[in-house]
Amino acid sequence: MSNNNLSVISLVSIGEHPTSRRPRRAEQDARAIELGIKLVGDNLQTLHAGKLSDDPSQQTALRSYLGMGLSEIHLLEMSENADAVLVIAEYLKQQKIDIILTGVRAENGESSGMLPYLLAEQLGMAMVTSIAEILSIDEVNQQAEVLQALPRGQRRKLKIDLPFIASVDMAAAMPRQSAFGPAMRGQFEATQAATVTDQESSGWQVADAKKRPKRLKIIKAKTAADRFKAATAKASGGGGKVVHGVEESAQAILDLLVEEGLV
Amino acid sequence: MSSSEFLSQFLFTLISFAILLTLVGAVKRMLLWSQGQSSTIHWLGLLQIPRRYLVDLHHVVARDKYMSNTHVATAGGFVLSSILIILLYVFQLKLQILTWALLGSSLLMFVGSIFVMIRRRNPPPNLSLGKWQRLPKSLMVFSLSFFILTLPATGILPSDTGGWLLAVLLVAGIIWGIGEMFFGMTWGGPMKHAFAGALHLGLHRRQERFGNGQSTGLKAIDLSAKKLGVEKPIDFKWNQLLSFDACVECGRCENNCPAFAAGQPLNPKKLIQDMVIGMAGGDDAKFAGSPYPGIKVGTHKGGAIIPIVNVLVESDTLWSCTTCRACVDACPMMIEHVDAIVDMRRFETMEKGQTPGKGSEILENLSATDNPNGFDPSSRMNWAADQNLTVFGHDEKKQEVTEADVLLWIGDAAFDMRNQRTLRAIIKLLRAADVNFAVLGDAEFDSGDLARRLGDEATFQRLATSNISTMNKYQFKTIVTADPHAFHCIKNEYVEFGGNYNVMHHTGFFADLVTENKLLLDNSKELALTYHDPCYLGRYNGEYDAPRFLLESMGVKIKEMDRSKSTARCCGGGGGAPVTDIPGKQRIPDMRMADVVETKAEIVAVACPQCNLMLEGVVEPRPEVKDIAELMLDALIEGGIENTGEGVVVNMVGAQL
Repeated sequence: MSNNNLSVISLVSIGEHPTSRRPRRAEQDARAIELGIKLVGDNLQTLHAGKLSDDPSQQTALRSYLGMGLSEIHLLEMSENADAVLVIAEYLKQQKIDIILTGVRAENGESSGMLPYLLAEQLGMAMVTSIAEILSIDEVNQQAEVLQALPRGQRRKLKIDLPFIASVDMAAAMPRQSAFGPAMRGQFEATQAATVTDQESSGWQVADAKKRPKRLKIIKAKTAADRFKAATAKASGGGGKVVHGVEESAQAILDLLVEEGLV
Repeated sequence: MSSSEFLSQFLFTLISFAILLTLVGAVKRMLLWSQGQSSTIHWLGLLQIPRRYLVDLHHVVARDKYMSNTHVATAGGFVLSSILIILLYVFQLKLQILTWALLGSSLLMFVGSIFVMIRRRNPPPNLSLGKWQRLPKSLMVFSLSFFILTLPATGILPSDTGGWLLAVLLVAGIIWGIGEMFFGMTWGGPMKHAFAGALHLGLHRRQERFGNGQSTGLKAIDLSAKKLGVEKPIDFKWNQLLSFDACVECGRCENNCPAFAAGQPLNPKKLIQDMVIGMAGGDDAKFAGSPYPGIKVGTHKGGAIIPIVNVLVESDTLWSCTTCRACVDACPMMIEHVDAIVDMRRFETMEKGQTPGKGSEILENLSATDNPNGFDPSSRMNWAADQNLTVFGHDEKKQEVTEADVLLWIGDAAFDMRNQRTLRAIIKLLRAADVNFAVLGDAEFDSGDLARRLGDEATFQRLATSNISTMNKYQFKTIVTADPHAFHCIKNEYVEFGGNYNVMHHTGFFADLVTENKLLLDNSKELALTYHDPCYLGRYNGEYDAPRFLLESMGVKIKEMDRSKSTARCCGGGGGAPVTDIPGKQRIPDMRMADVVETKAEIVAVACPQCNLMLEGVVEPRPEVKDIAELMLDALIEGGIENTGEGVVVNMVGAQL
């Protein structure tokens, strides 16, 4: 695809490995970059809001994005308690951007997944969630065709007007390997961002999330073959159906509650 | 002017001219090598050339007795003849003794050339054809011409024998012979191996290899360099370029390469020849040996400043290598194939980010969790929950220690249920011998072997320096490990980063304990058993005896495989080959298991967790795979210490610490 006139920017965050909790390139953000590189190649811009550590070993997470072949990452320097949404929005308002790519949600911090929505609101752009691919871009009509990822491998083709914000799903193409050499040689171009303190979060209390209770899988199998089948068989869908009308919806909910023994 | 006078004058001109051209060719060749990157020039090595040639090189050649005798006659005859020819015809020293000597040396060379000719009649597939088929004829023509030429001078035949007819024939023969043997030496003929080979022996990048020495650790690179690894031929060190030119295309590497045998697209000989093509420029159409399996000869070309991968050499070729070092060990010219392959892999991984297969995932895991499979780093010691191990550390409440006789290096076997059995056996044996040992626990990281061989020098250096700084916090005399890869890394590759340790493989350590009677083994068992040498223990570290000693101490008569000790075939598990998983016609471990089956052994003893996994991965029915430590535990006579129930021993060890 040659989309030389297209201006695409990808927003990257510092991820966190689920078991070691070490900083790393966030999986969805990396997929967003992969998608962006495939779309516009070297013209992809990359933006990170935050502070860059002076210690090179603390830079590895951000640098691993550079290792994908980017020549630079634009850095909006802001303090820890600043509101990234406002900082980024402030910056993007001054640019002429066609497509903004983000992950669905951050791997640490608030991880609310709200950033793309709030940005879309601030910038007055359309927002499309969880895309797996950008299929085509019609620059004449200023429209793009994207593939949205739905559960269980389903995809939905959407047409969306430029400019837009898209959050990139894990279903998008795997990110390319990050190479050490380009990662070390890539540059950070830092600008001091407007200081916008996040007032809302200053009053919050933060507690560790509790694991959600998980339904036990009760297998009544008599033979090893049955147990094997139960362990390997995919949960078959098809139980769900779309219900219209208030009466029917309420009845369906009630039926489920009764079935589960809750009423 | 008689024909003999004409010959004498003509020879002066011809040989002087040939030597001049040879020198010009030599300079041109040296300019090719000098395109490479700078590297220490070991001038003193040049003085060692004769010794290295006669001892070190000949030691390798002599594994094939026929060829070594042939080479002694041919090469010896040629070198001697050349010196005499120059003295007689260029410096015109008309001494009768020299004439007789030349008669003898040319005869010796002629006899040698007959054997070369016989060998070349039905050449085995590892030999290159093409210009190499011409060589025995050239050797014969050269030696015969000078032999006949010298006959009249010795007085055996009257001068002017044969008249002008013979003179013309001799002139033709000498032009051919000198052309091949002198001119061809520096202008790319088959004799190039003698010229480049001699210099390569002297200026070798690993001087420590000579005189029964060892140098097997990969060399570190500066990570702040503008380019990491080798992209183009000129990115090799100059002495690596020289080494490629030394190749004599004997194909011993090809015969020993497990990837080639498995039908993966690698042939070490072709790879080295491709490097020569890259250095000098051209295409591979004239290559007359076995191709890379599955890749047609004549479809690739290269040049000194043209990227190598996917132009001259397919990336799959590089990633097929198991780094087993069988080619390096078999190479009479002491060429370092593995170094070159890893150099090119470094560029692929660190500059292009194109490690194939699961490589990229593994490297990412190593960055994030310090183990290749991405397990939770804090679960590293879970396997030993019931082992009551003493851990190095500073927390006295947890009974951690800062000092022990032995640091037991666990390795990534910690995460693998099969190899945990080996670890348990080792721990029981150590306790039975009353060894004071401790482990690093969660502070131990992967040794970096896999990362380094996948070309990720950056991750290797991070892991190595982390491990070194962890180990330097504690006092111990010896590191013992069951993993030859970790053994090799810590022993040979941590040195460049300031880690100097006394490292032992568990077989070496246990062999000492058995010798000192600290471990008593039942030697009455009769096991039909063979032993598989791990590459990183055997070829990399020369340890062939300790495992065999232990097996023999258990009363086992080892049914040796044909390919054993230094020619042992790799299990296919090294160098990240299981990770990159380049397809071939068959699997390397299957071939190795076929070797085992051939001996009619019921058990194959291994001494490496990787070999264990690869060989156990072969479908049954097949011989059982057991680590030597497991076999030892079966044969252990528990009498050295009273009541060696596990708990009691644990307490005893605990009490000592």
